[in-house]
Amino acid sequence: MAAVKKNQPALEELPSLADIDAIRFDNPQEKFKQVLEGIGGTLLIINSLQQAVDYVKDNFKEGNKYITTIPGLEGIEKINNEEDAHKLEDVEVAIISGVFAVAENSAIWVTGAGVKVRVLPFICQHLAVVLDPRHIVNNMHEAYERIAGEGYDYGVFIAGPSKTADIEQSLVLGAHGPKSMTVFLLDPGAL
Amino acid sequence: MSETTTHTHAELSEQFNADEARVNWHDETLWWVRQKRDKAAWTLPEWEQLRETASRIKINTLSNLNEYLKEFEKNAQKNGIIIHWAQDAKEHNAIIHGILQKHGVTQIVKSKSMLTEECNLNHYLEGEGIDVIDTDLGERIVQLAGEAPSHIVLPCIHKKKEEIGEIFHQYLGTPEGNADPQFLTNAARLHLREKFLTRRIAITGVNFAIAETGEIVVCTNEGNADMGAHLADVHIACMGIEKIIPQRQHLGVFLRLLARSATGQPITTYSSHFVKPQPGQELHIVLVDNERSTQLGREDFRSSLKCIRCGACMNTCPVYRRSGGHSYHTAIAGPIGAILAPNLDMKHHADLPFASTLCGSCSNVCPVKIDIHTQLYKWRQVITQEGHTPAAKTVAMKAMATTLSSPGLYRRAGKAGRWMMRHMPWLVNNKLNAWYKQRDMPAAPKASFGEWYKKNRK
Repeated sequence: MAAVKKNQPALEELPSLADIDAIRFDNPQEKFKQVLEGIGGTLLIINSLQQAVDYVKDNFKEGNKYITTIPGLEGIEKINNEEDAHKLEDVEVAIISGVFAVAENSAIWVTGAGVKVRVLPFICQHLAVVLDPRHIVNNMHEAYERIAGEGYDYGVFIAGPSKTADIEQSLVLGAHGPKSMTVFLLDPGAL
Repeated sequence: MSETTTHTHAELSEQFNADEARVNWHDETLWWVRQKRDKAAWTLPEWEQLRETASRIKINTLSNLNEYLKEFEKNAQKNGIIIHWAQDAKEHNAIIHGILQKHGVTQIVKSKSMLTEECNLNHYLEGEGIDVIDTDLGERIVQLAGEAPSHIVLPCIHKKKEEIGEIFHQYLGTPEGNADPQFLTNAARLHLREKFLTRRIAITGVNFAIAETGEIVVCTNEGNADMGAHLADVHIACMGIEKIIPQRQHLGVFLRLLARSATGQPITTYSSHFVKPQPGQELHIVLVDNERSTQLGREDFRSSLKCIRCGACMNTCPVYRRSGGHSYHTAIAGPIGAILAPNLDMKHHADLPFASTLCGSCSNVCPVKIDIHTQLYKWRQVITQEGHTPAAKTVAMKAMATTLSSPGLYRRAGKAGRWMMRHMPWLVNNKLNAWYKQRDMPAAPKASFGEWYKKNRK
């Protein structure tokens, strides 16, 4: 630390982020959809939480474990806050709620408190996120304005299913985390 | 490990160049990644503003680094994180070994961290009887192959899928001859899931550390850092001291630049913000100097510490693309590696600043505007002054200086050269001429430009 102090140059000013003329979209929801589909995700507009339940049951392996953090999803097992993270290993689909999303990169902000057990959105075979379409910001600067003063213990931007292109740059979905990501935009009129 | 090699960049490139088809493939693949970067950058009209802002945030950070480090430590400790300081690689490795010993753990998982490559952590821990599993797919592949990563973002970009299929057949029991990326990735998924579920300590790297909040941000596409960290009792995150940024809002700038510059993605799949350990878990952060404070004191080279490790300079570099990452014989290859490595060991890495055409493409794509090619040129001068250049190059450079400073000698030498290439091509098209290696010499014109101009001027 003494060497750092001795060798660092004279103080230079910190730039203001207010000067950045960041991209905005006429229709952030449409941009969000376009980017999400571009990175291997699926977007569905639903009018009720029951539609999310039906979609999951229709599209993912029957008889496997579905788990959710959303109290209103009827007929889906609710996560136990005290659950040992390792026991989630057999979760086929996890249905969680997103705090807000970013149109420019289709990232969804999820907090540790929101998912109860941090590993949940990573260890499941498939991830589904319920999102209020009114909470889509344009870009990452707006995103950090939203969470600048937040007191989260852990938070993550999730953009699409887990993926790798480490073998000859061939894109494969489902590296270590979910093989797919479905986003349910819940029509605000139905809320 | 590549660290211990005694071969120069030129010698190692020659090995890589032995297979022309592979070199062409490597070249084209990385250029494709570079093009994806361009497309992603062009989607943002404010791209240049972002680069300039990122650069200035990093300049501010470096000019006030000791205060930001203190602020980070204070805030992280307030969040229940255990902070360690390491002067060099040896201390870094010993701290980690100490934590493993305290917990009686001999098997760990590790996600990508170029710092631990720089410190040669895996090799050290293996010597202490620790089983380290790299969980990034590319890193796992090179680890099984007994090699080091050849690229900081794409660790096994030098390998063909057939070779990876062979490695998996040997170590993971996949069917012989199966080289399908989807199939092989799934085999690795199953193999590594068992490791995530059973290892009690996980090491990760750090992309950004925020002084204002004491949190760290780790970016991956695979989700391996999170799988490791959340399923372990102890999470150890390793970072160089230059990974600090002042405020959380600055992440908006850096996360917009990082993945677009690296692979052309709008953002990595996961950008994880670790503020406090999970209940019942320990979170350690090891902050490492390892000569970064020395580089901070080198006025000409300190801005290399702005690097956010996106790899764009490698993907665009005509020398990197055609010589491969291993030819740089250092943990961080390519143009940025060639200006970081001489700071660590000037004599051993004296060849690296010469492994460049100085075309400047690296500086043009750098998201934090490091003047990489200027620094390569400056390192050459420092290295030559310190007497670390090879004798043949010194003699050749002196002969060239004499020729270029005498117009008469220059004209006679040019004439002789052209005559020789026309009448005795075998004199230059042979193995004694370094320029002939992996290249064809051009046909020599009859007249020099000077002679042509004299004759044709009206």
